[in-house]
Formats: sequence, C-alpha cells, structure tokens
Amino acid sequence: MLLSLLLQEGPADTTSYMIAGYAVIFGVMLLYLISLMVRQRNLQKDLEVLEEIQSDQE
Amino acid sequence: MNSKPRLLTFLDVVTVILLLVATYMVFFYAPQEAVMGDVQRVFYFHVAAGWVGMLGFIGAGVSGIIYLIKKDRKWDIVGLAAVEIGIVFILINIVTGSIWARPIWNTWWTWDPRLTTATVMLLIYLAYLMLRQGIEDPDRRARFGAVYAIIGSLSVPLTYFSARIFRTIHPIVIGSGDPSATGSFDMTTLMTRTFMFSLFTFTFIFITLFWHRIRLGQKADQVEQLRLKTME
Repeated sequence: MLLSLLLQEGPADTTSYMIAGYAVIFGVMLLYLISLMVRQRNLQKDLEVLEEIQSDQE
Repeated sequence: MNSKPRLLTFLDVVTVILLLVATYMVFFYAPQEAVMGDVQRVFYFHVAAGWVGMLGFIGAGVSGIIYLIKKDRKWDIVGLAAVEIGIVFILINIVTGSIWARPIWNTWWTWDPRLTTATVMLLIYLAYLMLRQGIEDPDRRARFGAVYAIIGSLSVPLTYFSARIFRTIHPIVIGSGDPSATGSFDMTTLMTRTFMFSLFTFTFIFITLFWHRIRLGQKADQVEQLRLKTME
C-alpha cells in the first residue's frame, strides 16, 4: 500500500480519513464532557434528597 | 467544595483557547505530508491523546502508592479520576490510530506489538472500573483499586517501549524506530511545532479534566457516605 502511495505523483487523497479521525477525537471528548456534567447534576440531586431525608430523621 | 474555584474556571477558558489554537495549527499551520496526505494530521492529536492516557494510568499508579501509605480515601478518588481520563484518551488514541492505518497499512487493525499492548492496557483499566463496581465496602474497594492500579501501571512502560523493543510496523517519530515500520515520516519545523503545541495543549486538557473528575469523585463520596449514614 505504501509503495503505491510512494509511486503516485501528489499526496494521497486521505482527507476523509482525517475528517473521521478528528470527528472521533472531538466526539469522544464531547461525550465525556457531557457525561461529567450529567453525573455532576445527578449527584447534586441525590445529595439534596439525602440531606432532606437526614434532616427529617433528626 | 460545591462552588467552582476561580482557578478551575480560568483553566477551563485557557484549555478551550489552547485547543482552538492547536486545532488551527493542525489544519492550517502544519503542512500537508508529501506522501500520506491529510490523514497524517491525525498524528498530532493521536500521539497527544496517547500521552494523556499514559499520564492518567501512571497518575493512578502513583495515587495507589500514596493511598497504601496514607490510607486516605481521597487518593482513591484521585486514582479513579486518573484511570477514567486515561481510558477516554487511550480509546481516542487506538481508534484514531486505526483510522490512520486504513489508508497507510491498508488495514483497520493488525496485531502488531504496539497495537496489542495498547489494547491490553485499555482492557486492564476497563476491568479496573468493572471490578470496582463489585466491591461495596469503600475501604476495601480503595485498597483493591490501589493495588490494581499499581500493578496495572506496569502496562504503560510496556506499551511505550513495545515499539522500540519488538519488531513492529508502527512508526516511531521521536527517536529511532524499526526500519520496517510503515508510515514513518520526517517532521518539518512547522510539523514539530504543531506536535509540541498539541502535547502542551493535551497536558492542559488532562489537568483540567482531572480536576473536574476529582470534584465529581468527591461529590460521589459525599453522597455515598450520606447514604450509608441514612441507612444506619
């Protein structure tokens, strides 16, 4: 494969692979950021409920 | 703990700016590679993601050692945060490597020493997350996590040096690699600058995400403690 790349005149047309690569990079990072925010929000809700239960018990 | 520190907000802003600049450099500052074409641009963030992943796993090993010495659960929270970020970035590293390999090696995947050790490393830490889930006692879980992370961190040097020790087709851009490596290239000055800036940017991304993930872990610990207290 590399030989055929070397024998060609200009650079290989691999733009679509580059786009796919960066879509994965930014996509995964974005998903991770969203997961952090969702978990933070859910934990905050849990914390509020638990604090309420505890104050009721007291 | 609930209010976000100003320094963290500052770090958020700096990290976003750095990422924008790094992205600009990758697409517009660095020249197109003469043989591989545009897909070579994946290399800048591919290596940087690998760097962050390894940083995370080494960080988890160090946190594990500190936990075993101090027996303070905050180091378990730090270790878990490091592992989680490590997994995210090693996943990016492996998938982008596969995308690069398709036009260059003419295959999405090959069981090359570097690819294999990186995959084993990822599986080791995925197992770490799954096994932790099965332990209810927080102290036992932390002790297990610490020992596991210390042993697991041995996979980091093994992965890093695999392409230097074993016969491999994986290119080594920094230092000398196997002459049979496919897809090697010489970096021009502009490429080197872009590469170094990408590494710098991803180090910032790691620090920022790490801080956010530790804060999340602290909150999860707070919830767990309160839940146990409520159930008593």
